[in-house]
Amino acid sequence: MKVGVLALQGDVEEHLEAFRRAAAELNISAEVVRVKRADQLDGLSALAIPGGESTTIGKLAQRLGILDRLRTVVESGVPTLATCAGAVLLAKEVSDAIVGPTGQPLLAVLNAAVVRNAYGRQRDSFEANVDVEGVGTVRAVFIRAPIFAKTWPPARAIAHVDHPRAGRAIAAVRQDHVLATAFHPELTTTAFHKAVLEMAAGRL
Amino acid sequence: MSVAGGLEYLEKLRDFFYGLAELRDRLKERGFTWPRPYPAEEAGTVKVKVGFPAMLRNGVIMDVTNVEQAQIAEEAGAVGVMVLDKLPYDVRKAGGVARMADLKVIEEVMSHVTIPVSAKVRIGHYYEAFLLQEIGVDLIDESEVLTPVDDQHHINKWFFTVPFVNGCRELCEALRRISEGASMIRSKGEAGTGNVSEAVKHFKALYRAINELGAAEEERLRDYARQCQVPLELVALTAKMGRLPVITFAAGGIATPADAALMMWLGADGVFVGSGIFKSQDPRQRAEAIVLATAKWDDPEAVVEAQKMVSERAAMVGIDLKTLKPEELLQTRGL
Repeated sequence: MKVGVLALQGDVEEHLEAFRRAAAELNISAEVVRVKRADQLDGLSALAIPGGESTTIGKLAQRLGILDRLRTVVESGVPTLATCAGAVLLAKEVSDAIVGPTGQPLLAVLNAAVVRNAYGRQRDSFEANVDVEGVGTVRAVFIRAPIFAKTWPPARAIAHVDHPRAGRAIAAVRQDHVLATAFHPELTTTAFHKAVLEMAAGRL
Repeated sequence: MSVAGGLEYLEKLRDFFYGLAELRDRLKERGFTWPRPYPAEEAGTVKVKVGFPAMLRNGVIMDVTNVEQAQIAEEAGAVGVMVLDKLPYDVRKAGGVARMADLKVIEEVMSHVTIPVSAKVRIGHYYEAFLLQEIGVDLIDESEVLTPVDDQHHINKWFFTVPFVNGCRELCEALRRISEGASMIRSKGEAGTGNVSEAVKHFKALYRAINELGAAEEERLRDYARQCQVPLELVALTAKMGRLPVITFAAGGIATPADAALMMWLGADGVFVGSGIFKSQDPRQRAEAIVLATAKWDDPEAVVEAQKMVSERAAMVGIDLKTLKPEELLQTRGL
């Protein structure tokens, strides 16, 4: 199968590597490719939208005419993993904890409201063990992470994190074939990439 | 290549320096403590500090001096801004002592943009760094563009929660900075010149050395570690990964989209643009064009499109390095 990572900006290499390792661990033969043009979205069995700056990725996707094709691909049911900035791009409602409404380009397919930089600035970035429904316990790295302020069906929370200031916050969301995380599994685990590959292989 | 593979070793390196120096305790005795909102095993960890620059990959961080410029940078698609009192070109012209930017200006920028905000501190100036961490700056550049306060030592960056980026001219310098706790490396280049030639030289030196080590015998790695005065394990990790174990940006003299694409082609993970944007006559278009060329450096059509967005007549004039006296070079500060 062909697996793509949106490669406009962000930790693309970390996702490529995580997909390669996940495929090897599952014994699935997968070609993992960078997606930088709209036509490279054709024929993908699974997709990852990486961490990065959501404003940068959104603006580039819009300028390069990828945004609409990307939305079509995610809506068509291709299993998708979106981490941090990726989750922001997928959300229907986005604001920033300090600046307020951002007006940035979005894919708007995930039934969730996201607050960017909700835990604070980089010095407030943290790691924690998080139990994820259907995936297991992972070491989660939250970097200038967003919070899913609310979700509505068919999207639902599949992981929470207890934070000293923010309280109990949603850390991951699933909506059908889309997994969205506020943290960065690509830095610590292949569990999420395996889940997406298994969805693509029709096993999950 | 992914930097995730290096995290485990960098954690060991951090523990080693913590255990060896017990510096945090000694600093406490001297009255140098700072509040930590969270326990050390959760916030300011290696994963958090080395992971953050990975999110800036394929992006552009732009030098700005005020809110208006920061907003132009954000609109253009920058992954971050670096707040300075003066752009490097003006630092060079003004002479005198160059210091950290006004905290008030930095705070104002932080409250007006959603992207990460960085700022520079003088080499070895613990207190400037401490203040920037206090007000919540996302990344600190311990920079040779400002006037160094310690000609012997850099800041021990393991003891900060906030990540640091440091400049280098070659591999040994980069590895020394990483062993001091830098979470990100950039080329030094020659800042404020609009001349990318030194950044090219530094990147080529960096990758030539890494490639040589990749093919070298274990003995050579040991010699190299001794020569650089860094742990052998760090040299071995770099040789194995075929890259620095932390994100490596290009900086110093980048002024056009083609400059940015060139540095990406030479192996940079992203670029810093200093004077190149706001010393030009077309900052908005130039900022957007450099973002495009950096993200799509491997797509000739996109780089052509980016380069067409700017005019050479509007570019910053630049300085021929041959006209600079040795004492005017910034790159030889802090080795």
